[in-house]
Amino acid sequence: MSQPIIEIRSLGKTFHTQNAEVHALNDINLSMEKGDIFGIIGMSGAGKSTLVRCINMLERPTEGTVLFDGRDLSGLSNRELREARRSMGMIFQQFNLLMQRTALGNICFPMEIAGADKAPAKKRAKELLELVGLSDRAKAYPAQLSGGQKQRVAIARALATDPKVLLCDEATSALDPTTTRSILALLKDINRRLGITIVIITHEMSVIEEICNRVAIISDSRIAETGLVRDIFNRPKTAAAQKLVYPEGRYSQRPISKRCMRIVFDGSSSFEPVIANMVLENKAPVNIMYADTKNIDGKAFGQMVVQLPEDKDLAQKMFDYIRAKGLSAEEVSDYVG
Amino acid sequence: MWDETTLNMLVQGVGETLYMTLMSTLFAYLIGLPAGILLVTSAKDGIRPRPALYKTLDVIVNVTRSIPFLILLVAIIPFTRMVAGTTIGPTAAIVPLTLSAAPFVARLVESSLKEVDVGVVEAAQSMGASDAQIIRKVLIPEAVPSLIVGCVIAVTTILGYSAMAGFVGGGGLGTIAINYGLYRYQNDMMLVTVVLLVLIVQLFQGIGMRLAGVNDKRKK
Repeated sequence: MSQPIIEIRSLGKTFHTQNAEVHALNDINLSMEKGDIFGIIGMSGAGKSTLVRCINMLERPTEGTVLFDGRDLSGLSNRELREARRSMGMIFQQFNLLMQRTALGNICFPMEIAGADKAPAKKRAKELLELVGLSDRAKAYPAQLSGGQKQRVAIARALATDPKVLLCDEATSALDPTTTRSILALLKDINRRLGITIVIITHEMSVIEEICNRVAIISDSRIAETGLVRDIFNRPKTAAAQKLVYPEGRYSQRPISKRCMRIVFDGSSSFEPVIANMVLENKAPVNIMYADTKNIDGKAFGQMVVQLPEDKDLAQKMFDYIRAKGLSAEEVSDYVG
Repeated sequence: MWDETTLNMLVQGVGETLYMTLMSTLFAYLIGLPAGILLVTSAKDGIRPRPALYKTLDVIVNVTRSIPFLILLVAIIPFTRMVAGTTIGPTAAIVPLTLSAAPFVARLVESSLKEVDVGVVEAAQSMGASDAQIIRKVLIPEAVPSLIVGCVIAVTTILGYSAMAGFVGGGGLGTIAINYGLYRYQNDMMLVTVVLLVLIVQLFQGIGMRLAGVNDKRKK
């Protein structure tokens, strides 16, 4: 395997407040490969925003190191660090555009900072505006743009210095679902076309599902679980992961007797009425506790939780049926719908 | 009363008042703008926290702002003579006006720059901007509308103080108001100078607000 583009080693961050020490991050180890769309997900206050700020040293970690393209960032001088940051674009939940500059001026900004000449910078800014689909809004000020358009300008601005990595801090959290989807599609397109590694911080599992290939789940300042999105989505091991993956987050530690089956549709099965067929074949009803599936290009994506009959053999038959259909199913005896 | 001498005197008075006010504002900003920037950048949540520097500046600004203008005017007469070569007339008045307005301007600048969204500063840092670049290309340009509004407040305040300087021979409309309106009981003269001062304030206010509006891109 090639060298990871970002490698975080036993990273820790402690804030000193007046009365106490707050451990925002504890012993974080992560490695992100070139071309990854790496998701970092956690509840609010888990430390994910601090973590992304440690990657570009907006927050200096108190322990551990961050290797960017093989280079230890914590050992760099301020000047070297500013240089290195030009290879890492960043976008934010609140867009953080310069309100007194036009869209074009905002995209020119990082190039000005880097000391680029005006004319080529402007030309590049125009190309980037086209890439994000806003060529007609070059002269608009941020106040005249919608949220989605502002984030597109912010993305173009982050790409201006040809970064190797794009850090996204809750980049879609201030946007409506439709706009979120279009921004995510744009990020995916950038990842594919320009080969830029993308790190996405979010609290929404749907964002991870939609575009990430790898994910780390952060909980209580630590990495609870990390791996391929498919694996974690199908079979979350830790409580923190289950809390995020299981629908509505209504996960309880207290087991209850009702036997439930969680079915994951990962696009490998076609969009057929699989539950109805299962019920018809086994001639026993099931109770649908939760369902969130969508049909994308004739393939089923999403998940469903059904309550199975008390009869153990019958339940087992249903499991076998689902698995025979190529779907992933697991028992969630402690799901409280 | 509207003979040529009086008119000439009023025209000269307006000229002196404008001269004192604008020059004092200029010098006050030469001191107050850097001081205001330092207050913002060296603060605890600034881009380069320097607690000792911040505290020192903060105390200096507060102390100098507490001295009543008339007291300052008299107290620094030796200094005024050293700088301006004289202690009477509009040029001499510029010295105390500047000294008294500078800390006020520093606070105005500080509050304008503090309005700039910390997220925008963070974004600039994430792009590798240096502290100097953040000041020059983010803090000041983003705060321009607010800085202009602050400048209007500074100009009109200094204008008011300049009339006070007239009491001790500072020249301008203030001196006319005192010499003719107050000492000679010429109420019409008093009224004229007041009206002229009001018009000047209106003028600055109008121009300033217009400039601030044109330069404010935050509105739709």
